[in-house]
Amino acid sequence: MKILLSGNEAIAQGAIQAGCSFYAGYPITPQNEIIAYMAKHMPQKGVFIQAESELAAINMVYGASAAGVRAMTSSSSPGISLKQEGISYIAGARLPAVIVNIMRGGPGLGNIAPAQSDYFQATRGGGHGDYHLIVLAPACVQEAYELTQTGFDLADKYRTPVMILGDGILGQMMEPVVIRRQKTEDRRQKQPIKPWALTGCKGRKPNIVKSFFLREGALEEANLKLQRKYEIIRKKEERYENLFSSDAKIILVAYGTMARIAKSAMLELRKEGYKIGLIRPISLWPFPVNAFRHPSSVIRHPSFLVIEMSYGQMLEDVRLAVGGRQQVEFFGRSGGGVPTESQIMNKVKKILS
Amino acid sequence: MKKTFKRCQSLYDLPAHYCPGCGHGIAHRLVAEVVQELGIREKTIGIAPVGCAVMAYDYWNFDCSEAAHGRALAVATAIKRVHPQNIVFTYQGDGDLAAIGTNETIHAANRGENLSVVFINNAVYGMTGGQLAPTTLLGQKTSTSIEGREKKAHGYPLKISEMLALLPGVCYIERVSLHSPPEVLKAKRAIKQAFKNQINNLGFSLVEILSPCPTYWGLAPKESLDWIRDVMQKEFPLGRIK
Ligand SMILES: Cc1ncc(C[n+]2csc(CCOP(=O)(O)OP(=O)(O)O)c2C)c(N)n1
Ligand code: SF4
Ligand SMILES: [Mg+2]
Repeated sequence: MKILLSGNEAIAQGAIQAGCSFYAGYPITPQNEIIAYMAKHMPQKGVFIQAESELAAINMVYGASAAGVRAMTSSSSPGISLKQEGISYIAGARLPAVIVNIMRGGPGLGNIAPAQSDYFQATRGGGHGDYHLIVLAPACVQEAYELTQTGFDLADKYRTPVMILGDGILGQMMEPVVIRRQKTEDRRQKQPIKPWALTGCKGRKPNIVKSFFLREGALEEANLKLQRKYEIIRKKEERYENLFSSDAKIILVAYGTMARIAKSAMLELRKEGYKIGLIRPISLWPFPVNAFRHPSSVIRHPSFLVIEMSYGQMLEDVRLAVGGRQQVEFFGRSGGGVPTESQIMNKVKKILS
Repeated sequence: MKKTFKRCQSLYDLPAHYCPGCGHGIAHRLVAEVVQELGIREKTIGIAPVGCAVMAYDYWNFDCSEAAHGRALAVATAIKRVHPQNIVFTYQGDGDLAAIGTNETIHAANRGENLSVVFINNAVYGMTGGQLAPTTLLGQKTSTSIEGREKKAHGYPLKISEMLALLPGVCYIERVSLHSPPEVLKAKRAIKQAFKNQINNLGFSLVEILSPCPTYWGLAPKESLDWIRDVMQKEFPLGRIK
C-alpha cells in the first residue's frame, strides 16, 4: 500500500507500526505533525500524553520504557536541549527509547527554518556523562518511516536511546510512502521480552531501574559495560549510502535532506563530465568511518567536500575518519540558509580549478 | 513472650544509612507496612526521588525506579498509565516535589493521575547540605539563608499541599507528622488511605509528612521532634486538607 505522508507523519506511522505504545510530547514547530498524528492514531491500548513540558515528556518516556513498552517522544531543537538530562538518565539506566529531533535554526529560539546544527549535540551524547545515542538520519519520507522502525529495534536490542535526526524540510515534505503491513506483524512478534522491566515483583526478585551507583568502583563498572556495548554498536551498526565514489575525484559528504540536494548537484556535475561521488551517512553515531577508509578503488586520493546546514559539525567526524590522508573541504550555511545545487556545483568547480 | 511487632516482608532487614533521628527511615517503614498490610507488594512500583531518600529502593522489597530530580511524578504517570493494574507511588522531598519538580507535581495532580504521593517536608535540602527549601520557615537558618529565611529575599514557606487541594483532579490530601508515636500512627493511616484511594481508582492522593532533619536543623533528635510540635506545625497545620 502506498500513501502520501509528510516526513513527520511517516515517522509517527513508522513508530506505531513498530509497536510504539507510548508517546509523550510537547508542541514545537516544525514537528507538530508528529504529536498530532500520534494523538490521532495511537492504538486503543496505547498511551498518548501531551506533557506539560519537554522535561516531563522525556521523563514520561523514561517511565514507560522502564515499565517495558516501546516509547517515543519528539521535539525540535530547543525542546531537545531541555530533554538532555532525561536522555542521559535513559542511557545511564540502560533503557530503550526513541527520541525524534526535527531540527530548526538556533542558537536560542533561533527560527523555524530547517537546520542541521544539532549534530554535535546528537552525536556526542548531548547530556552529561559518558554515553552515546544511536543517531539515524533519514533523507526521504520513505526512509523516515523505515528508520523509525529500525530505531525501535536497535533501542531494544542494545537497551539504548536512539535518536531520529531530521531537519524541518524532511519533516514538512510530502512524499508517497510504501507501507509494509506484513513486516510490521513480524516486527511485533519479534519484540524482545524484557525481564528487567517494572511490572510488579510477582514470582521474581524486585527489579530496580536506576543510574545511581554510589559504591566505590560501581559506576566505573557500569560505565565500562556501556562502553563495551558502544564498541559492539560501532562495529555492527554503521549505515551509509555510497554513490559513484569509486571513480570520483571529489566525494561530496552530506546527510538528511542536504544529501538530496548534494545528490542533484552531483548528477548535474557528472552530466557535465566531472567525476563526483557522494557518501551519505545514515547512522551519524556510529559514524560510518568505513565509508571513508576505502572510498575509491580507481582514484587513490579523492578530496572530500562536506556540505551541511550548519557551519561544520559533521565536518569534524569526516576529518577524523579521513585522518589527514586526504583533503577535506567544507561548504555550509545555517540559520535558514540552505546550500543550493548551484552553490555546491560552483564550490566543486572551484576546488577542481 | 508474644511477638507484637516485627519487620514486614516489604522492608529489607538492613541498618538505615540516614543520620540519627532522621525521619526518612520511619517514613520508609510506614510505606513498607502499608504495602504489606494491603497485600500489594507484588504489584507495587515505587519511584524514589533525588534527595536523601534516593536509595529508598535499597530498603523496599518491591519493584522501584529512580527518577531525575523533580521528575518522579512524570515517571510515575507513565508507569501507571502503562500498567493501570499496578500500584504506583512516588516518595519525594520538598526540594524535589515543590521546587525543581513543581511543574510535574501540579500537572500530574491536575490530570488526576491515579497515583499516591508520599511527600517528605523537612524544610531543608538534606542531601546537598541543608540549603533553603521552598518549605523553609521564616527565620529558619540554612546554609543559604544564613540570617534566617527572610520574606523579602526568599519569599514565604510554600504550601504546596494547600495549592494542590484546589485542583479538581486531586482526591485526597492530608498533612501528618512524625514528631510523636501517636502522630506516626496517624501518618501511617494517611499513607494507607492514599494507597487505598489508588486501589479504588479515585485519583491523585498526597500525604505530606513533617519529618525531622536534625543534622541541618542544628538540633538533637529529640529537640527536632519538639521543634516540629512547637514551631513547624504552626506554619504547616496538621490534618486533612482535602
Ligand atoms: C538537576 C539536579 N539539580 C540539583 C541536584 C542536586 N540535588 C540533589 S538532592 C537536592 C535537594 C534535595 O532536597 P529535598 O528534595 O528536600 O530532599 P531531602 O534530601 O531534604 O530529603 C538537590 C538540589 C540534582 N541531583 N539534580
Ligand atoms: S541530612 Fe537530614 S534528611 Fe538527610 S539523612 Fe540526614 S537527617 Fe535525614
Ligand atoms: Mg527536604
